[in-house]
Amino acid sequence: MSVSLRVLDDGAWVSVNDSRQVSVSELWRLDAPEFCSCTVPDFVVENFQSVGVDGRTITATVYGQCIQCGETGVPGWIPVGRLKNGEYVDLDRENVVLPAHGGNGN
Amino acid sequence: MPTDVERWKSEVYGNEIREHLFEFAEEGWDSIPEDERDAWFERFKWWGLYHQRNGQESYFMLRIGTPNGRLDPGQLRVVGEVAKEYATGPGTNPIFGDAYADITTRQAIQLHWIKLEDVPELFEKLEANGLTAQQACGDSWRNIVGNPMAGNDAEEIIDAWPVIKELNETFKGDDDHSNLPRKWKVSVAGSADGSGQGDINDLALEPAYKEIDGERTVGFNVRVGGGLARNEPRHARDIDVWVAPEDAAAVAGGLSALFRDHGDRENRYNARIKFLVDEWGTEKVREVLQEDYVDFELETAGEDVRDQYTYNAGGDGRNDLVGIHKQKDGKNFVGLNVLVGRMGADDVLELADLAEKYGSGAARLTQRQNIIIPDVPDEKLDEFLAEDLLEHYSPDPSPFMRGSVACTGTEFCSLSIVETKNRQVRFARWLKENVELPEGIDQFHIHLSGCTASCAQPQIADVSLRGMKTRKNGDPVEALDIGLGGGLGEEPQFARWVTQRVPVDEVPGAIKNLLASFEELREGDETFRDFIQRHDDDELADLVEPEETSYEDPMMHNTKRTWYPYAEEDSLDAGPAPTNADGTPITSDD
Repeated sequence: MSVSLRVLDDGAWVSVNDSRQVSVSELWRLDAPEFCSCTVPDFVVENFQSVGVDGRTITATVYGQCIQCGETGVPGWIPVGRLKNGEYVDLDRENVVLPAHGGNGN
Repeated sequence: MPTDVERWKSEVYGNEIREHLFEFAEEGWDSIPEDERDAWFERFKWWGLYHQRNGQESYFMLRIGTPNGRLDPGQLRVVGEVAKEYATGPGTNPIFGDAYADITTRQAIQLHWIKLEDVPELFEKLEANGLTAQQACGDSWRNIVGNPMAGNDAEEIIDAWPVIKELNETFKGDDDHSNLPRKWKVSVAGSADGSGQGDINDLALEPAYKEIDGERTVGFNVRVGGGLARNEPRHARDIDVWVAPEDAAAVAGGLSALFRDHGDRENRYNARIKFLVDEWGTEKVREVLQEDYVDFELETAGEDVRDQYTYNAGGDGRNDLVGIHKQKDGKNFVGLNVLVGRMGADDVLELADLAEKYGSGAARLTQRQNIIIPDVPDEKLDEFLAEDLLEHYSPDPSPFMRGSVACTGTEFCSLSIVETKNRQVRFARWLKENVELPEGIDQFHIHLSGCTASCAQPQIADVSLRGMKTRKNGDPVEALDIGLGGGLGEEPQFARWVTQRVPVDEVPGAIKNLLASFEELREGDETFRDFIQRHDDDELADLVEPEETSYEDPMMHNTKRTWYPYAEEDSLDAGPAPTNADGTPITSDD
């Protein structure tokens, strides 16, 4: 089954199957040891750059900053949701620690 | 690989969108196939329509482009009438009510809660009165800005209006320039005060003298590649070209074509011409313009008047166009403060009455989100100033009211991280009641932008506020980065971001403490901007001192996660959208 993934509105949203699902301005806790020196970076989402899929997991690269130390940048690919029976299901992004992978975007 | 937006544009774009727009309007919002909505919403921008954010589906923002902020007699009334008739929706703003018009920092007008089904009728009314939303948004020539009093400003050295009019008439609807890699923002000004704010535009024509055939001639120097968005602010750069008014369209069109052909269409974040100027350098821009896009020899730059620029410069002289000013013809123009640029529709209509009674019926919009009533003769001035409406829209407001600029924010905008307009109103009111400016300081600019798109032009204010998030007592709250010391003038400077992620309820206290430090440490009668200039970032961060005060902020939570931040039941799924033409919720079939 094909899935339509887009970054829309100049980086404000991740769209999955023509529906806006993930917005800027959220605060995510990340497992991203390469991004900054904080144990668990507290990352504010400022701008989506790209969206992809890893198995059934929807992932995104996003520019933002850690509100604890101020480091800015792109902390790799971050899971934002999953596909279940073809339907998009949100991850609880603000209450779980999200694993960033795939480098620091540089 | 071309972006989705480029692909959509290659299929349908420009003038032809209108036909489709009207068909969808005829058949109703639900007739747009779900899998085509994003493509159509992107295209509708070219006709001035922005689909509002999540939770407000089927409602649109409509931007009306008014070149140079110029509203001819009768047009202000039309703006008030369409706002009253069409700009109402399910959400009521606790400060501004139900129907209002926003004056933007690019001298345009924005209306919200517009229904697609009303667009043909609305366009008909606008166009019958000489107004249009064509190219107000989208990847093309946007509303041209400048000094809105062009032609009648006693401080101007050349009347820029004929050039602006020609550019507007030439490049609005011109298929050769309708699909650019990104937006194209143009400023043309003839006043010596810098009120065109050319430095922050893609293309700036600034007044300049040049010796032509032995005669000192007035025309324009050309600068290219300014802009504030995306943490990549640039001042427009001097490409060493002077142009006579009669050749301005050829040079401006040449540069727009150069951008069309050489701008980056594969990465929208790198698409603005400021990045092409970064890559090429100004000499190459000039060379390519000369070789490929104009068929006459370009003049080198003339003698500019930048040393006279005062607008938004933080020093003496005209920092804005508020107040009473002399026109060339001896009459007066009266600049009225519109706090954060928003006017209720009834107030717009009342002001239209006053413009007819005391002036010519004309009005002008400024880049500081204010409105001007021109053509007021001396003998009517006192009576005009005594009108009740001018108590609210004052020609002599508190500096904190006068200096406030704010973007749309999370009330309607997808990009914004925080609530803005109502917050800036609360800030300004609190500062007016609780903070004294040091002696001799009668201008103080605070700009609040909800995100890095910088629609409120935060980098060119005394105090720059930019939307952010932080945690307070463990909970996510809306926050603001604080920048200081930005401004235009002969040597424009962007604000330095010295304190970041300040919880919004501590921002007024931070400004109060900063101003107290300014008063204490100020040397002589130095300006705020000079004061900031002689301190380093660490020193400034110490002076800001965020602090809770009597200011209370009711919008600390994630306003983006609401369907409308001011609704009693505000959760995303509590709103009525999408709705049909009369506002009835459309229920899903399944």
